[in-house]
Amino acid sequence: MNIFSKKNDRQRTFLFITIPILGLFICFNTIPLIRGVIYSFTNFRGFGSYDWVGFRNYIDLFSDARVGKSYLFTIKLALVTTIVVNIISLILALGLNSKIRAKGFFRGAYFLPNILGSLVVGYIFNYFFTYILPALADMVGLESMSTSILSSPSKAWIGIMIVCAWQAIAMNTIIYISGLQTVPEDVYEAGGLDGATGWKQFKHLTFPLIIPFFSINMVLSVKNFLMVFDQIMALTKGGPAQSTESISYLIYNNGMSGGQFGFQSANAVVFFIVIVAISVAQMKFSGSKEEQL
Amino acid sequence: MKNTTSAVKANKTVMVLLILGLSTIIFPLYMTVIIAFKQPSEMTNSISGLLSLPKTWSLDNFREAMEVTDFWNSLRNSLLISVSTVVLSIIIHSLMGYTLGRNKKSKFYNFVYLFIVSGMFVPFAILMMPLAKQTAELGLANWVGVILLYVVFYMPMNVMLYSGYLVNIPLALEEAARVDGASTWRTYWKIIFPIMKPMHATVAVITALAVWNDVMTPLVIMAGSSQNTLPLAQLNFQSQFGTNYNLAFASYLLSLIPILVFYLICQKQILNGVVNGAVK
Repeated sequence: MNIFSKKNDRQRTFLFITIPILGLFICFNTIPLIRGVIYSFTNFRGFGSYDWVGFRNYIDLFSDARVGKSYLFTIKLALVTTIVVNIISLILALGLNSKIRAKGFFRGAYFLPNILGSLVVGYIFNYFFTYILPALADMVGLESMSTSILSSPSKAWIGIMIVCAWQAIAMNTIIYISGLQTVPEDVYEAGGLDGATGWKQFKHLTFPLIIPFFSINMVLSVKNFLMVFDQIMALTKGGPAQSTESISYLIYNNGMSGGQFGFQSANAVVFFIVIVAISVAQMKFSGSKEEQL
Repeated sequence: MKNTTSAVKANKTVMVLLILGLSTIIFPLYMTVIIAFKQPSEMTNSISGLLSLPKTWSLDNFREAMEVTDFWNSLRNSLLISVSTVVLSIIIHSLMGYTLGRNKKSKFYNFVYLFIVSGMFVPFAILMMPLAKQTAELGLANWVGVILLYVVFYMPMNVMLYSGYLVNIPLALEEAARVDGASTWRTYWKIIFPIMKPMHATVAVITALAVWNDVMTPLVIMAGSSQNTLPLAQLNFQSQFGTNYNLAFASYLLSLIPILVFYLICQKQILNGVVNGAVK
């Protein structure tokens, strides 16, 4: 009898905790998600009355040049930035993990960009690309660089990539360092006896051992860069000639103030499916790689 | 012998490269500081004019920037939102993580766990428009709404961290307290909550950094409330700086100072927290 009431108290407490918190979560995550899906089947403009349009928005989405362009831009940016960031981070992490002086200082300094707000960082780099870089190019006589790269439709994405990378390298490096610290010293010693040094050591010993950290960084990078927003806001606002509109920026810009609430909701639903598909694929992929170890 | 000398040489090369690499981090910050202190008349189009030190180190730009961007109000809002979110997250997410972590065998709680954690895949882009409507309908289109949303947004990640950490805490600890007659609620606050302290630090760091620097949520939710957070103030007053970049940079620098100070003081905790949050 006594044991029964104790058990009851435990279950009651758990329910007492779960119900309000789950309610809060449903209220501000699940319900808006469902509402978003519902809006995607309407021609809602953000205000006033609206009608059901069935799959009209989804059909229009696939023939809309602006939406297609924003997907191409976002995916290109995410892929290139992920590759650049991971290569630099890995090299930097190897350097920061070697036997050097003032290790703590270097690690702290290299992590600094990550704590700064990306909007303000974007504004600072905006000035750098608009004024400093052209002035530098003028000084050394590089004419192709004497105008701002942000005003060129073919080059503006490089500026955005640099700003995204500047901050993300800090984060990825720290994760690689913590991966490298899990590799025991005697692995290198044993490998050294077999003649594994330098690149060989990295390829056959170090890298296979830090693959779990590599996959964390891949997931983190691709997801973050696909959702890029602040940097676009600060650097180009989608321009020039709509060449740097990321998906998030387009949904915000046209959905919130452009009268395309319903249409951009459909865009957001597709974007959501893309994010889920990529996350699941990456987890499956990295999961199978880790098993091989 | 030969091996050690070549190793020393290699480390020296690494050292030099690391110092050179550091310039990519220092340069933008240097640029920010000197432009923030200069006067518009000192800014010429040549590189030496742009990057030379200011003639006088006057605080006038900062004084003006504070006025233009309503700095103290924005700072207060940012602090209020960040601190409240962190405190609520530690209380609510640890309770939820504890409940779900201790009921792994129950079908219901397992479902709730997966339900909440899968919220990690939901991008803000899809929630943004419905949430703007919903918070307006509920009278929450202000900082209170922003805090509530943050508590919901960071729940998946933090609940996962807490319930993962719970695996290390033996059930026997709770059972001993239960034998002594303490209720589950009391046992949680007296025993489990204090033991989870390392995880509280991790959650506090990653939540605080994410909230402090976030632009999109306050932009979408607080747009009509005439209140700003620090990043939002930079965005909203951008047009008022016009071509006075010195004023703009003074304002950027002001908005970076609080987090820089925080980083200088708690660098170790921040680095640990960020790594734990990502790797666990």
